[in-house]
Amino acid sequence: MTMIFGIPLQAFLGQLLIGLINGSFYALLSLGLAVIFGLLRVINFAHGAQYMLGAFAAMLMLEYFGINYWVALILGPIVVGLFGAIIERTMLSRLYDLDPLYGLLFTFGLALTIEGTFRYLYGAAGQPYSVPTQLAGGTNLGFMFLPIYRGWVVVVSLVACIGTWLLIEKTKLGAYLRAATENPVLVQAFGVNVPVLLTLTYGLGAALAAFAGVLAAPIYQVSPLMGSNIIIVVFAVVVVGGMGSIMGAIVTGYMLGIAEGLTKVFYPEASNIVIFVIMAIVLLLRPAGLFGRDA
Amino acid sequence: MSEMTQTAAKPRIERSATASRTYTIFVIIGLAALILAPMFFYPIFLMKLLCFALFACAFNLLLGYTGLLSFGHATFFGGAAYFTAHVVKEWGFPPELGILTGVVGAALLGLVMGFFAIRRQGIYFAMITLALSQMFFFFCLQAEFTQGEDGIQSVPRGHLFGFIDLNSSTNMYYFVLAVFLIGMVIIWRFINSPFGMILRSIRENEPRAISLGYSVARYKLGAFVMSAALAGLAGGLKSLVFQFATLTDVAWQMSGEVILMTLLGGIGTLIGPIFGAGLVVTLQNYLATSQFPVTIVTGVIFMVCVLVFRRGIIGEFYASRLGRKLGFEHRR
Repeated sequence: MTMIFGIPLQAFLGQLLIGLINGSFYALLSLGLAVIFGLLRVINFAHGAQYMLGAFAAMLMLEYFGINYWVALILGPIVVGLFGAIIERTMLSRLYDLDPLYGLLFTFGLALTIEGTFRYLYGAAGQPYSVPTQLAGGTNLGFMFLPIYRGWVVVVSLVACIGTWLLIEKTKLGAYLRAATENPVLVQAFGVNVPVLLTLTYGLGAALAAFAGVLAAPIYQVSPLMGSNIIIVVFAVVVVGGMGSIMGAIVTGYMLGIAEGLTKVFYPEASNIVIFVIMAIVLLLRPAGLFGRDA
Repeated sequence: MSEMTQTAAKPRIERSATASRTYTIFVIIGLAALILAPMFFYPIFLMKLLCFALFACAFNLLLGYTGLLSFGHATFFGGAAYFTAHVVKEWGFPPELGILTGVVGAALLGLVMGFFAIRRQGIYFAMITLALSQMFFFFCLQAEFTQGEDGIQSVPRGHLFGFIDLNSSTNMYYFVLAVFLIGMVIIWRFINSPFGMILRSIRENEPRAISLGYSVARYKLGAFVMSAALAGLAGGLKSLVFQFATLTDVAWQMSGEVILMTLLGGIGTLIGPIFGAGLVVTLQNYLATSQFPVTIVTGVIFMVCVLVFRRGIIGEFYASRLGRKLGFEHRR
């Protein structure tokens, strides 16, 4: 058997893949956080809850309406995005003039409420969501066995990340967004409806989280707690990457996912905390974060 | 920080003589109520309330008076609970030394977490403290001495100074009350000391404090360690009251709870967090018997508080007509 650093190659690549998958979710979620923070100056604590909502949306749609995975992948994010937009319009938008910490506390309360409701309705235990038949099974790559669905997740999340980046960096709407980030008053004066832009952004961020949630449903168990488990790690990712750049958030997400996967190979006990350790080191060496601009 | 701090009370020295008199009367009434309370209420409930009240006041020291939102205070509360429980149960320490160990341990944890967290400000500070406290949670989950999911059970309360038997719930209650009052006096002295004044100046205008020559980072770290140590005092006490220390105390939900208590009672008011803690603990006790999950209620209260009730109970009282008549001032 081929060995690498004293570890069987199979195990090494297997963990690398798991790291890559976790990294995909970190990237998608920290990307959404960065987009929302960029414009709204709000750290969306409910991001994990919205991710969980996406997974539940997929599961419930299948259960009650027989809607399959492919439709859920589109419909889930739309539903959660709309929900996010309503929350932003009715409540979150009242907090923009206050200290950003209030936005964090509000979304924290929102996350608790959503999580508590789903725990109340569906229990804390996870429920399975089966892999769509088109993506079931696996393929032998010669050096490792690749479950097709996992490969699909890596590819599609990469596409979603790049798509979002293109949307923000290369389109007219993205230009408005970036301009509004720099100077909302001026952009408003040019006739752009900034409040609508804010609502749209929050909805988009929530939809991205839900998209990640639908993707995650067949891999992890669909459970009310899945969101709060991941959001704290994503916060650490965001601290490492700095929220100044969209691309930074994506790259950091993948990097830390892989670092976590590799730690599982070499020193499994530390795999839970490795991201936090990296965060601490980055804070020592580069307090503003790897891609951060703000102090 | 500026908006968050507008909810804060004015420094004590600016308070009018009427307010001081009112304050004294309130303190006397409060003390009498606390001394007589065990005749009317279940002692364990009262002790829980006092522990959380002290915890919330310790937290408020940081949020209300320094303007730093820590999302990781469960680490100090729960960490101290573990330390106290461990030394009392395994090493046979007397209760007073056990609590001291908890306080010192929490202060050290605070020193480490503060060292990293003060490198960033505002929203990042909150996220860093949350991440580091989650790291401590995983440490407690895996470390040997915390006994994992079981936690440290049946911790003996022992004899205070060798002769006061704390297994009697009356004795325990007055011990908890004494520690609580000592903690409150420390907090009161601290925020009215020159050190506390400098903290407020940092909260109000950090660049200006820097330009006046204050080493802001050091003051922030000092406040952080102080707050952590006092949270540890509450945590160590709690592990003796309930005679166990578990993972619940170090989980992020606990950090959220203490924020809620402070927010509900009034950020930056000395006594607000006590009321906030009282309300939250009462609510939890009440809901514990029903099927309805506490999380939903907590979450909704959070949202409502942030949206329409940012001054909290005591803050609203100070700002109300009655409060102003009594001489309190509250800016908004």
